[in-house]
Amino acid sequence: MTLADFAPMIPLIAVALGAVLALLAAAFFRRPGVSLAVVLASFAAGLSLLAVAWPLGVRRVGSLLIVDRASIFAMGLVLVSTLLAALISSRTVKARQGERGEYYALLALAALGASVLASSTHFATFFLGQEVLSVSLYSLIAYRRENPKAGDAGMKYLVLGGVSSSFLLFGMALLYADLGTMEFSPMAAAFSGGAGGVLSVCGFAMMVVGIGFKLAVVPFHLWSPDVYEGAPAPVAALVATTSKGAVFSLLVRFFPREEGVVPAPFFLVFALISGLSMIVGNVLALREKNVKRILAYSSIAHLGYLLVAFLAGGDAGGTAAAYYLVTYFAASIGSFGTVSALSQGDREADALEDFRGLAWRKPWLAGAFTVMLLSLAGLPLTAGFLGKLSLFMAGMGSRAWYLGVVLAAGSVVGLFYYLKLITEMFRSGGSAEVKGAIRSPVPVPAAAVLAFLTLVTVWLGIYPDPLLAVLRLAGGAAP
Amino acid sequence: MTLALLVVVPAAGGLAAWVLGGVRPSIPRWVSLLANLAMLALAALLWARAGSLADLAAGGWIAEARWAWIRTLGISFALGADGFSLSLVTLSAFLGAMAVLSSWNARPVRPGFFHFALMLAIAGVIGVFLAVDLVLFVFFWELMIVPMFFLIDLWGGERRHPAAVKFFLFTQAGGLMMLLSVLGLAFAHARSTGTLTFDSRALAGTPLGPAAGMLLLLGFLAAFAVKLPVFPLHAWLPDAYAEAPLAGNIVLAGLMSKTAAYGLIRFALPLFPDAARIAAPAATALALAGILYGGLMAFGQTDVKRLAAYSSISHLGFILLGIFAFNATALAGASFLMIAHGVSTAAVFMLAGWLEEKLGTRETTAMGGLWRSAPRMGTFAVVFAMAMLGLPGLGVFVGEFMVVLGTWQARAAAAVLASLGAVVATVYALAFVQRVFHGSPAAGMTCTDLSARQTAILALMAAILVSLGLFPQPVLGALAGAWQGLLAAVGALG
Repeated sequence: MTLADFAPMIPLIAVALGAVLALLAAAFFRRPGVSLAVVLASFAAGLSLLAVAWPLGVRRVGSLLIVDRASIFAMGLVLVSTLLAALISSRTVKARQGERGEYYALLALAALGASVLASSTHFATFFLGQEVLSVSLYSLIAYRRENPKAGDAGMKYLVLGGVSSSFLLFGMALLYADLGTMEFSPMAAAFSGGAGGVLSVCGFAMMVVGIGFKLAVVPFHLWSPDVYEGAPAPVAALVATTSKGAVFSLLVRFFPREEGVVPAPFFLVFALISGLSMIVGNVLALREKNVKRILAYSSIAHLGYLLVAFLAGGDAGGTAAAYYLVTYFAASIGSFGTVSALSQGDREADALEDFRGLAWRKPWLAGAFTVMLLSLAGLPLTAGFLGKLSLFMAGMGSRAWYLGVVLAAGSVVGLFYYLKLITEMFRSGGSAEVKGAIRSPVPVPAAAVLAFLTLVTVWLGIYPDPLLAVLRLAGGAAP
Repeated sequence: MTLALLVVVPAAGGLAAWVLGGVRPSIPRWVSLLANLAMLALAALLWARAGSLADLAAGGWIAEARWAWIRTLGISFALGADGFSLSLVTLSAFLGAMAVLSSWNARPVRPGFFHFALMLAIAGVIGVFLAVDLVLFVFFWELMIVPMFFLIDLWGGERRHPAAVKFFLFTQAGGLMMLLSVLGLAFAHARSTGTLTFDSRALAGTPLGPAAGMLLLLGFLAAFAVKLPVFPLHAWLPDAYAEAPLAGNIVLAGLMSKTAAYGLIRFALPLFPDAARIAAPAATALALAGILYGGLMAFGQTDVKRLAAYSSISHLGFILLGIFAFNATALAGASFLMIAHGVSTAAVFMLAGWLEEKLGTRETTAMGGLWRSAPRMGTFAVVFAMAMLGLPGLGVFVGEFMVVLGTWQARAAAAVLASLGAVVATVYALAFVQRVFHGSPAAGMTCTDLSARQTAILALMAAILVSLGLFPQPVLGALAGAWQGLLAAVGALG
């Protein structure tokens, strides 16, 4: 590795530096704001460096990392989503007595892990990024440690995360044994060339399981509602967006394709996973009364939608996936941001009753949440509609056209619980306890984030062309 | 530009009403009314541009507009208006104004949001009538659902919540099926020509296999059959109609059901002529079932709004019947009926809504002998009951007569059965008048008569129905563009 290899890594180094400095700041200053400022500054630096790298074309760091448009886009998305999650965290951080600054350092670490994952081309960086991300998330999920549910959630994520990591490791070992390389594209080429035997098929199957856990797609989804419920809302947003987004872009880069199509046995497996996620996620959400659990199931379904674009592949699939990621990220962070903005002390406003009559007490907040939910449901004037449209287009144009029908059916079922939330907000009345919480105003950074995300969601729902043009570059550049 | 304004004005008016509602609760209704009047003016402007009736009857676009919207996906913001769409747009603006006026003193809670939802729904309806790009069509189609959901859910009757959700789920499911079909058609087109476009005119004539054509047509039919509604898919309608507030009723029954018929005539059938011919017998049977079932159910209702809802199902059956007869007479009748029924059903719902407002109930069993205390209302009830049962001289008769006449040429048996529907209509319409206005007054039931505003509105509606009934020719001429395209596509096969 030469000094020149470091150049493409500078954005990652900026974020890593931010994490370390935030930790130092937490040691020296009592106010968490200092750590937050450090993290924000490092993210801003990372993002501007990524912007500088955008026109530079494909650059590699040995065989370990790649910085092309697809990975720049994924890293940018990761950084922006973590940044927004950091900005909606003030209630969460304030609710805890100590270790306030460390929270932001952990966020930065998670973003670092996710960025490495998003630009990885090699098993070493894959596993490294995956572990850095997961380890930060373990502690972030259990951040409200006085809350029994938080401990439960952290434990669950730890154990199942460990299991999924071991699946990944074993899969990597099998693939290396059979194909003799740990680098993605030579591996895919060797597999497509017919070099792989039973071992590598098993290896890929193991990888599917490991990645499936991280994406929380059916049948590997069982942890996700509990974890979302126990985790603080901003961290749940992080799990739903940053973590899943990074793993998804890794999946796109990693999985071999033959003439643009996922090879036969796995095509069916992914189609099944996708279809099941759409159905099971949406159906199970119907019975939930906890908003965070509803969002967890909704997230399962949305990953199922995204897999349609993954299976479609090609220009249309890549663009659709990237666009849908943006819309899903915006709506998810906005939804969890609303939950967080309504929370008080240790208790988060995640019961359905907490939202009763919100539209008449806090119209702006309810309006923002309504836009987010409509976007998740895929209705016009929000980004979600065009996101779903591009997914449909990608799906209908591919061999997995039948998934388009499942997607439509799943969307209709999904509508039911999104509507439940919306009508709850527009009812009159509400519990006395919540009325207490409502008196405290929404923190300014969270309000700014929600306003920003609402504007983005509506803007993308009306005029998505500029973003789509950019995404076509990002999606098309994927190897 | 005028076309875009027709969509923008109601949406912007709605937003303005919402914002100004915070200033003073009496402002939003004025804003809504002005927006609707502005739309009427815009429509008049376009009519003036249209030239003579002969030009209109020859078909062709009065105005067209196209902007690139989502270039990467080949979707454009393309609007177009011929006599057919412009007639329906005019109807929309007119009924929009009537909806505002009819609930002028209703004082909904949070009037700003109420008028926002109302105007956004109307914007969606007008968008549907003007869209030429199919994705844009679906966009507007779905756009009108959300505000209507809020209208029912927030300002509806006692059981509004399940009714609103049912409405939303039914219509959204249909809309998504249509979206799939639109995409399927565009891809089939792209495969044979190499260009991805959603322009309905470019997509017409795309070669499709029989199975694919039928599947895609069914996707469109899913959306339209729910919205119209066609007989077995009507389950959402009586609830939604019964629970919606008056202004919502007028938009739902008067306008939204027409969007489905419009979609059938303008897009679904001309795009898939082969499949349409195969589907015609089944559709005819369902239309007949709807006519008779709606009529019988209407007779059995004791709730005035439900009665109007089932009567609406029955009349829309005539429209469906006329469309699938595939000849000029029946199609002209069906499109004429769209306009006439829009006016008459709005009037009937106004009567029902005002009865509820004055009496606090919708149950006919609790009413009776109202003629004595409210003779003006009784008079109008008779007039619109006559419209419902298809009395010659009123607009509905012209439409239904032409539908039956045209159907007779195509399928005589169907025409006979459809005429039975007119008999049923006579029974329920007269029974309605008798139960509510005649007989001995129910104990403790007093009713104030129509106010001057209400009288003026109903008088206007009655005048329009009479003039439609006596001088149908100009409207029939303006609507000619409706069926020419369809007939050219379907008839070319025969």
